[in-house]
Amino acid sequence: MPDILEILLARYNYWGFIILMMIGLYAMISKNNLVKKIIGMSIFQTAIIFFYVSISVKLGATIPIVDHDGHSADIPAINPADFVNPLPHVLMLTAIVVAVATLGVALSLAVKVFQRYNSLEEDEIYSQINENKIR
Amino acid sequence: MSQHLPLLIIAAPLLIALLISVNGWFYQRLSFPLAVLGLAAPLYFSIELLFLVLKEKVVVYKLGGWSAPFGIEYRVDSLSVLILALIPAVALLNLLSNQQEIENYFEKKTAGFLSLYVIFVSGLSGMVVTGDVFNLYVLLEITALSGYALVGAGKNEAPLAGLNYIFMGTVGASFYLLGVGYLYMATGSLNMADLSAILPSLHDSKVVLFAFVLCLVGLFIKMAFFPMHSWLPAAYSSSPPASRGLVAPLTTKVMIYVMIRISLSVFGADFSFSHTILKESLVWISSASIVFGSIWALRQKTLSKMLCYIIIAEIGYMMGGFWLGNADGITGSILHIINDAVMTLSLFLAAGSILYRLKTDELSELKGIITSMPITMGVFILGGFSIIGVPPTCGFFSKWYLIKGALQADSYVFVAALLFSTLVGVVLFFRIIEITYLTSSHHDGHEEPRSWVNVIKEVPLNMLIPLVVSGAMEVLLGLYTKEITLNIIKFALPAGY
Repeated sequence: MPDILEILLARYNYWGFIILMMIGLYAMISKNNLVKKIIGMSIFQTAIIFFYVSISVKLGATIPIVDHDGHSADIPAINPADFVNPLPHVLMLTAIVVAVATLGVALSLAVKVFQRYNSLEEDEIYSQINENKIR
Repeated sequence: MSQHLPLLIIAAPLLIALLISVNGWFYQRLSFPLAVLGLAAPLYFSIELLFLVLKEKVVVYKLGGWSAPFGIEYRVDSLSVLILALIPAVALLNLLSNQQEIENYFEKKTAGFLSLYVIFVSGLSGMVVTGDVFNLYVLLEITALSGYALVGAGKNEAPLAGLNYIFMGTVGASFYLLGVGYLYMATGSLNMADLSAILPSLHDSKVVLFAFVLCLVGLFIKMAFFPMHSWLPAAYSSSPPASRGLVAPLTTKVMIYVMIRISLSVFGADFSFSHTILKESLVWISSASIVFGSIWALRQKTLSKMLCYIIIAEIGYMMGGFWLGNADGITGSILHIINDAVMTLSLFLAAGSILYRLKTDELSELKGIITSMPITMGVFILGGFSIIGVPPTCGFFSKWYLIKGALQADSYVFVAALLFSTLVGVVLFFRIIEITYLTSSHHDGHEEPRSWVNVIKEVPLNMLIPLVVSGAMEVLLGLYTKEITLNIIKFALPAGY
């Protein structure tokens, strides 16, 4: 029992992102409303952003800006342990842009769906489609 | 100039796409020539790269002059160069063939569509040349986002199918991104060449295995591999014909290329093929994909839906061939990526022409069109023969390699699946030939004098020429299989194969 607790506590960032990711996946699979599905998709993507940001954390480290006036040649010796890893943050900037663009495309398609079927509920849309097929 | 080729192949279409959309506000008529330029330029660059790679084997480009592990590297080698040339070629043929279709369908929004079209091609080429796993993700999403819009622009159920495509595509891309995250945690690098140097020392690491599986699952969703395939027929069959001819032949094939690239160039053949359970179960699932794809194709009542299910069966070919894990299997898989793109292109172009003439592609409505559209149907049947695997069409040779590889690996399930789909292919296409030979069922009283002039109602020349070119490409690729395999694909195989 203490082992499990230890695993849960020592790796809490992973548990956090997995739970968030599953909430998003659940919403995408089981929600009936298309906009709710899109929200689920957004949560799903955000979970991965959290994961990336959390792996760059170092205890006691600070932002990666080297204290240096920019003119003198003597750059102070840099200890990597003093600075958090900036790369995952930079990667996630790109991923956030991608996520926003995906959200935009998804919402615009949702608008088109609404214009066509006058509904955003998936079951109503499918019953409309089936009715059209029978006619 | 020549040292910038790997970048130009992406940058040129990207900039031209921007130009098309800006120009669309002022002078619509220029958008089509611009789009043609935006695809012809990368085609020219890629052919030049092909000769360069034949000579030097690998062309490396450092983006912004930053050297490998820190900067992004673009790398063209024997594995990527053929697919790189194929992408703009397929896109250009499809664009030329669909000029009237696009202008009729999108009217005032033609510029927007063409701009997306060119961005899509640029993203696909980018995925093929990039040597950086995160850059690959970004280009994957560039391709996917333009692809969602291209697919969702269709009529009827297209927006809904597009939305489902977004959900699936995003989950796939996110899994891939997560896999890259784990890979970065284990190695601290994102460059493919650098990763492949670090990873052998982490051969037993569970994090690396997890990263591998996550990347694969993400790509499986993206390529519509068997259990995750359901978005593909829905999305492709309701999309506008112009985007169907672009998205259907290229997306899945490039995704399979990406999977091969990740497995061979990042994780390495030794690691990828060392997990026997994974390898064997993937061959089994591929066989299932082939069998079910073929059966579903048989059940469809429209031409476009049928072709979509054929694509799913074809994905099984390439996946199974690769995961056999021997030289013949991998060769067959890479060869089939190229052949299948050309095959599906010519089938979709022919289906597009039929749709253009008849305004429907219900199989039962195709009666008699072999006399009214002999050239279109000729190319369609040629494409069908290629899918079945009749020599000298290209489909025969890749299937030959796949079966040879399967026999070598003692994977009789895969052999059986390949033979089964061949049989189903025969039924599928001969059924269509039979329908198209039947003369029109509704008689209108008086018999018209049947002369060639009255009967033939072919599509316009600009649709016919790309169609014939794609048909010729099938035969040429088939005839030059030996040259392609010995001079290019042989060098794409991992060391020791």
